Amino acid sequence: MDLLSNLAMGFSVASSIANLGFCLIGVILGTLIGVLPGIGATATIAMLLPITFQLEPVSSLIMLAGIYYGAQYGGSTTAILINMPGESSSAVTAIDGYQMARKGRAGTALATAAIGSFFAGSVATFLVALFAPPLTAVALQFGAAEYFSLMVLGLVMSVALAHGSVLKALAMVVLGLLLGIVGTDIYTGTPRFTMGITQFADGLNFVAVAIGVFGFAEILRNLEDEHEREVMTRNINRLFPSRQEFREMAGPILRGTGIGSVLGILPGGGAILASFASYTMEKKLSKTPEEFGKGALAGVAGPESANNAGAQTSFIPLLTLGIPANPVMALMIGAMIIQGIVPGPSVVTDQPQLFWGIIASMWIGNLMLVVLNLPLIGLWVKLLTVPYYVLFPIIMAMSAIGVYSVNGNPYDLFAVAFFGLLGYIMSKLRFEPAPLLLGFVLGPLLEENLRRAMILSRGDPTTFVTRPISAGLLVVSLIVLVLVFLPQIRKQRDEVFTESEG
Amino acid sequence: MSTRQKDDTDLIAGIGLMAAAAFFGWQTIGLEIGTSLRMGPGYFPMILSGLLFILGLLVTIKSFGREGEPGTPIAWRGILFILPAPIFFGLTVRGLGFVPALFFTTLIASQASVKMRPMYALVLAVAVTVMSTLIFSYGLGLPFRRFGPWLPF
Repeated sequence: MDLLSNLAMGFSVASSIANLGFCLIGVILGTLIGVLPGIGATATIAMLLPITFQLEPVSSLIMLAGIYYGAQYGGSTTAILINMPGESSSAVTAIDGYQMARKGRAGTALATAAIGSFFAGSVATFLVALFAPPLTAVALQFGAAEYFSLMVLGLVMSVALAHGSVLKALAMVVLGLLLGIVGTDIYTGTPRFTMGITQFADGLNFVAVAIGVFGFAEILRNLEDEHEREVMTRNINRLFPSRQEFREMAGPILRGTGIGSVLGILPGGGAILASFASYTMEKKLSKTPEEFGKGALAGVAGPESANNAGAQTSFIPLLTLGIPANPVMALMIGAMIIQGIVPGPSVVTDQPQLFWGIIASMWIGNLMLVVLNLPLIGLWVKLLTVPYYVLFPIIMAMSAIGVYSVNGNPYDLFAVAFFGLLGYIMSKLRFEPAPLLLGFVLGPLLEENLRRAMILSRGDPTTFVTRPISAGLLVVSLIVLVLVFLPQIRKQRDEVFTESEG
Repeated sequence: MSTRQKDDTDLIAGIGLMAAAAFFGWQTIGLEIGTSLRMGPGYFPMILSGLLFILGLLVTIKSFGREGEPGTPIAWRGILFILPAPIFFGLTVRGLGFVPALFFTTLIASQASVKMRPMYALVLAVAVTVMSTLIFSYGLGLPFRRFGPWLPF
């Protein structure tokens, strides 16, 4: 069977000593930043991206992927122990996880999160292996019009899945697209929006935008109000769950994995939405819904499985279509391009070692995470006692090095300061940064495919609706857009997001 | 579109979006628009600027007659020290070289916290500089000049 032989090849790539090492470094770093509040996976991957240029493409992607799903694990630890989600997708875990910790069941909550994440991660990795190849076959049929429509759908989804105002999220996408245009026009060579600065002729540095908008803005938010964190370390009970607890968590983990796998494929932060959706569902299905919010095991097991499954399946659009599902995937695209790999359907056929190697490494990485997280939990908890005023200067130094080493261009450092300020202002005005970054990455691709499609159709704009796949994608985009503006849906969407904040 | 948002937050947000749209629109002037068959470099940016302006206008309009929630304090000290740090690094990394530039960058950034004491900041900056030089310059072999031409040695 093809799948098995491909997976076997992937495992042989991923289990080389070097790649195992990079996978381990990745998951350790990921857990670290997941545990430490105030620095997220997006900013970390952006910082480390330039360093990975020195590595083999497959090693660098294995490491970056490890950081991403490692952060999902680590985020749950802080959520449970200090009621402060290290990653936005573990915000839901904090609700019941922290209550469990307060009742002296921190160990059980941590173990449930780890077991759920491992199960979900393994299943979702298998799904990636199963569905990615047939999807690539479909993607190979795509022309410029289809790609354009697909990206429109991706951007619309990212708007629908963003927090807060739909209008403002849309505005962020458009602003991101405009920022993505900065640089030289590929068809005519005309400089656009560069304000005469030749250093910006190649466009704004993607790493600078990501670190500014995600990293610096987050640091500034943390500095608004410097308070001590209270760590629940005294009462971690036994880690291994009882038979009864296993029975309680089985259902939520299975359902969470299902929801997470489906939602993870959607562009625009599927992993985050998945944990919200799973929580809502478990609460509805539960025989004792009044326990939710007071330390329900299902309220940890479901969302944790869902966000991890979503984190894995969000690789599907990246690996098959070359379209990022979230800002982290956008950075992975950046990493691939820098390594000379054109992201898209041809990766599976041209670089099977890379493709299957990454998939296999995800499974290995998930196994490493369980081993790292359960016995070593005490070590991670100790890390929480490192004060923030020690952490952020280190983050600042790493950011400066990271941004500078992309091109050795000092203007990129001026850009990172500018985008840090912009990101902070945006967060003050309650704009979401994720749609902006997605727009920024997709901007040039969107324009290129639009122009190419129009040339191919001899200037006839109906090409987007007469080609069936393109028309279908646009119809779905339209439906999504109409739905999020409907009063009823809007109210429900607000409820889901507010609940997660509460 | 929750009612949690403050009136003035959205008002400023909307006006800010329109200002950004106006800026991009102004920058589009002079770029060739072209036709829908052969789109010029100005075609797509023009559409986007227009769209951004409309969205800004809608956000502004919707900000009236709604209740909001109070804002959070602004991290002035953070802005004052965090943002200049990378600018300083950009200005000096070629002249002073990687090692001194990074040392001062860390030192500047560390002042953003009210809890940072001078001695502690110095120790931290030295530690970060030594570790980063070992990892990035010696370990990974990134092509940085460790000490630049501005220094006498």
